[in-house]
Amino acid sequence: MTAAGPVARAEGLALLYGKVRALYDVSIDLPAGCIVGLIGPDGVGKSSLLALIAGVRRMQAGQLEVLGGNIRRTGHRARICPRIAYMPQGLGRNLYPTLSVRENVDFFGRLFGENRAERDRRIAELLEATDLTLFADRPAAKLSGGMKQKLGLCCALIHDPDLLILDEPTTGVDPLSRREFWALIERIRAARPGMSLIVASAYMEEAAGFDHLVAMDDGKVLATGSPAEILDRTGAADLDAAFIALLPEEKRARHKPVTIPPSDPEARKTYVVEAENLTVRFGDFTAVKDVSFRIRKGEIFGFLGSNGCGKTTTMKALTGLLEPAEGTTRIYGREVDARDMATRKRIGYMTQSFSLYSELTVRQNLDLHARLFDMARAEIGPRIDELARRFDLEGVLDSLPLRLPLGIRQRLSLAVALIHRPEVLILDEPTSGVDPVARDNFWQALVDLSRNDGVTIFISTHYMSEATRCDRISLMHDGRVLISDTPEAIREGVGAASLDDAFVHHLEGAERESGTSAPAPHGHLEADTTAAPQRRRGLFSLARLLSFSWREALELRRDPIRLTLASVGSVILMIVLGYGISMDVEDLKFAVLDLDQTISSRSYVNDLAGSRYFDEQRPLISHTDLDQRMRAGEISLALEIPPGFAADLERGRLVSIGAWFDGTMPMRANTVLGYVQGMHLHWLTEQLRQEFGDEAVAGNFRLEVRYRYNPDVESLDAIVPAMIPLLLMLIPAMLAVLSVAREKESGSIVNLYVTPARRLEFLLGKQLPYIVLGSLNFFLLLGLALLVFGVSLKGSLFALTAGAVIYVTLSTGLGLLISAFTRSQVTALFFTALATLIPAVQYGGIIDPVSALEGAGRVIGEVFPTSHFVTISRGTFAKALEFGDLNGSFLPMLALVPVIVMVGAAFVRKQEK
Amino acid sequence: MRPKHVLHLAMKELRGLLRDPLLMVLVAYAFTLDIYTTATAIPETLNRAAIAIVDEDASPVSRRVADAFLPPYFVPPTQIDMAEMDARMDAGIDTFSLVIPPEFQRDLLAGGRPEVQLNVDATRVSQAFTGAGYIQAIVNQEIGSWLGRGARQAEMPVDLEVRARFNPALDPGWFGALTSIISSVTMLSIILSGAALIREREHGTVEHLLVMPVTAAEIMTSKVLSMGGVVLIASGLSLGFMVQGVLGVPVAGSVTLFLFGAALHLFAMTSMGILLATISGSMPQFAMLLLLVLLPLEILSGGMTPRESMPEAVRYVMLAAPNTHFIALSQSVLFRGAGLSVVWPQLLALALIGAGMFSIALRRFRRFLDD
Repeated sequence: MTAAGPVARAEGLALLYGKVRALYDVSIDLPAGCIVGLIGPDGVGKSSLLALIAGVRRMQAGQLEVLGGNIRRTGHRARICPRIAYMPQGLGRNLYPTLSVRENVDFFGRLFGENRAERDRRIAELLEATDLTLFADRPAAKLSGGMKQKLGLCCALIHDPDLLILDEPTTGVDPLSRREFWALIERIRAARPGMSLIVASAYMEEAAGFDHLVAMDDGKVLATGSPAEILDRTGAADLDAAFIALLPEEKRARHKPVTIPPSDPEARKTYVVEAENLTVRFGDFTAVKDVSFRIRKGEIFGFLGSNGCGKTTTMKALTGLLEPAEGTTRIYGREVDARDMATRKRIGYMTQSFSLYSELTVRQNLDLHARLFDMARAEIGPRIDELARRFDLEGVLDSLPLRLPLGIRQRLSLAVALIHRPEVLILDEPTSGVDPVARDNFWQALVDLSRNDGVTIFISTHYMSEATRCDRISLMHDGRVLISDTPEAIREGVGAASLDDAFVHHLEGAERESGTSAPAPHGHLEADTTAAPQRRRGLFSLARLLSFSWREALELRRDPIRLTLASVGSVILMIVLGYGISMDVEDLKFAVLDLDQTISSRSYVNDLAGSRYFDEQRPLISHTDLDQRMRAGEISLALEIPPGFAADLERGRLVSIGAWFDGTMPMRANTVLGYVQGMHLHWLTEQLRQEFGDEAVAGNFRLEVRYRYNPDVESLDAIVPAMIPLLLMLIPAMLAVLSVAREKESGSIVNLYVTPARRLEFLLGKQLPYIVLGSLNFFLLLGLALLVFGVSLKGSLFALTAGAVIYVTLSTGLGLLISAFTRSQVTALFFTALATLIPAVQYGGIIDPVSALEGAGRVIGEVFPTSHFVTISRGTFAKALEFGDLNGSFLPMLALVPVIVMVGAAFVRKQEK
Repeated sequence: MRPKHVLHLAMKELRGLLRDPLLMVLVAYAFTLDIYTTATAIPETLNRAAIAIVDEDASPVSRRVADAFLPPYFVPPTQIDMAEMDARMDAGIDTFSLVIPPEFQRDLLAGGRPEVQLNVDATRVSQAFTGAGYIQAIVNQEIGSWLGRGARQAEMPVDLEVRARFNPALDPGWFGALTSIISSVTMLSIILSGAALIREREHGTVEHLLVMPVTAAEIMTSKVLSMGGVVLIASGLSLGFMVQGVLGVPVAGSVTLFLFGAALHLFAMTSMGILLATISGSMPQFAMLLLLVLLPLEILSGGMTPRESMPEAVRYVMLAAPNTHFIALSQSVLFRGAGLSVVWPQLLALALIGAGMFSIALRRFRRFLDD
């Protein structure tokens, strides 16, 4: 690659999301070998452009060349994929929360086919350079926002990309970490001079340091050039101003510089928000240590500090979401109590991460909150309109929040926090990722609320320009408040030129004092002199497949509860179902309406009552009684012996005994019918034998019935071999089904798009650990059957095991297939329950043999693998069968394996639509 | 608890459901096609039983016996050799094999009481007994009537008149349709309420609710109402259009009473779903827990095999499951036409179990939110 040619060239690029236009006829050259910055308001298409360049999103109209080839072509995408690294928007969205820092980076290294030595060296280097070495074993979920961003960068850099695409990498990152982040990038660039960077950023002070800027608005490019050129062209003093100057007339008109009138001294006499010696602990970890502050009515109180220093925890304690371990928090003089509804109504709270309903539109979200805060119905509509105007949400009122860019989502969250006109606002980084114009509008709104309406505002931020607008600020570090004063006093206190410098000064001082992480010389990044190893993408790579397996297995191991549920659960189910299901019908409740009441009639009844199949209830007294008790399900059989039964019998006159049985459950009814007829016959034979002797009852021939395989017709012997297939279908499928759907919900699926991984590698790799787990489950169940239930295995253990492994491959494959085409976990769960439980139980040959089924059920039964494995299981357990005898069952299962895998792979996408 | 809040929150739940078209398709499937397939697939107790005949006599009487096995009870019998018999039974091709020995007819006529052998695959428990009974009766009758005169033996003049009530033709489709509705109701109510709650927590929206002036009881009630309501409407429609309409199953009792019972059942089941969600920390754990609960609920509550024949311990434990009572109630009301005077114990049990589940779930839900 030559540094001279552009790294990416777009021509007439356009992109639509449904009816919303994200990019409109973008034609642009992005120079190589430098940092290109994308700036512009929220939702103007910056992220879309980056996703297209990274090959993550499917192209629509126009042309786009990246690294010297057409990105539309799958072949080219595949070739350049290892040379690109992409870090999506949002704090750590592409990370795996249960994996440790090291494991996250390691996984990416494996995906790019690096060997162990190479990975170890690079991981050590990268973690050192990002100051993450100390936290190498901490799960990603427990990292602060800034650390997550740095980890994301490590993951992106593990494979020495030629093009690094960063979508708002420092949003939500504290100033100190931000400086370190860019210092790191500079060192990386020094080590790899040819590398190109494309960065979207909402921080203009960062953008000022970039080589080349692209200003965008409304899906179009407004201006390109170096920061100096852009400042020149607009005649603005700084980029913030230049940014505003570049906007079209009508948007610019909406922007007014924030003016902060002095506050009313009268109002400031009362303290509204108070924290006194507040300490909050999570287990052994003390997140907030002995923090005290008091905020006056109408004051704007800013909270600054590094990521993970306890700002959010303090705010949550004030809203009552967290219980303090020590100290007190008060709002309007009343101690904060989570159950106090009246206080809740006075507070507006906005969390750091987006926590509104993604399934409701913007308007519906606002409406719901307004109603829950008991606003008058007539007031709600105008209030929503007012907030939509103030936060520029009018165009998106009917959109779903997740389709919106980060900045607009933040504005929505703010509007929601304000909707009920709270007297106290607690805002946790409300402006992270919001563009400068919107930020200024928002601040003007805050100032108005504070000065005009006396609303008390407690706000945390990473923007120093915002901190200077606060009446007072507190600097927090490591759970403590370092200093609390007006911004001006803090700056002057250390004689710093800017608040930013003062902030860094205090933080570094605090770090030196605690000595925890002395500013050690940053890890040095060696220029990579070794030639980049030949990384063949190939059609199929076992190593990549195994890296998915490795990661999936790690995630499984991190969740011991789930593993226990899977193994102990199958044992419990087998025991409960094994003993619980019984095909024999015993203790059937019956009652007699004996209108004869003679010895003969009694003898007839006694035959029935004495059998183990029947259980006589108190006699029936009338036909109405019969009807009622049968209707209630109290008895399933009623006999009516007519008056004069004995007398008629004596005289040889034909008598009829009536038998009514409950037909509700046909299976039971048929059994009842068989029993009753048998009993009746037996009674007749006995009568005859008594009357005429043995000769009279001997037949012309004998019919000998031999019950084979299960001579005692033990239900257990029949049920246990059928339960194993049932459980091995349900549990492995349920284990596997969330694996892809979960990644889609969390966002880490993007790693499939941006790494050289193939769909088949992805699916099969994920499947492998579940097959192993399912096979272990099989041995557990087998042991249980042999040792606890005492069922004997008469046939080939090898055939049974082979069948089980193939079967488990199918059940996990089915789980993954469902996972691949459902979008949400809830749907995936329901789908699996529907697609495994019912076919396995109803049509799997467990109760009724498949050959007896009819219609669609028969087809399902034949195709669905359970019936085949039931045959194998019953064959080997009861019928002493060997491998060769079971071909008819193995073949259909084997044939199904590639079908399920291929269909699954077809549903996985390698690009976002 | 303020009804207005519950209503707004419930509306939100419903809107969320509508946003997931695939989920709605699955719900529709569970209450239409799935029921249809189940109802039409289940065979008569003895339906298309596979029988093979080893006819070593090849006489008129043996052929007469062989011809007597007719659909729909049996598939037309296959004539096989003695040598094939074991292999075929091993492979599960035949459930029954009838062996008629050589010289059977001659011995029969000579009064030698020859022996016919019937082999039954006893692993197919559901067909083994009934089928053996049918076959014995058929063989008896055919040989008897072939012998003609000999069939007249001393007889007792006692008839047994058997009549099946509530489902005179013993059509298993009736029962299958009902079981299928109940199993869909059970599955859906737990998953919708439980999984939706976990999803909310994973997305952080539950925490958000807690800073608003709504109580845990309001949140939970709204979920129970909305999810239960959806399933209730779906099952009502399914009963009307699918079961009564398409499948033509006559409903003996009051549909309103059935739906009232279903509402109580859903109250208990959705509460149970929420309870499971509060016990499990994440969606994958919930999935496992779901199976642990769902399987016994579906299989041991009397919908699949009769409760009488289960071990006592299982029967008692299953009394705590809403399904057990709901299945008893549905059978009584829909098939036997029972009224309130008959099914009130089940209604009471459902209400009590529901109230119990709800209050335990609510207590756990409060703690779940605090974490």
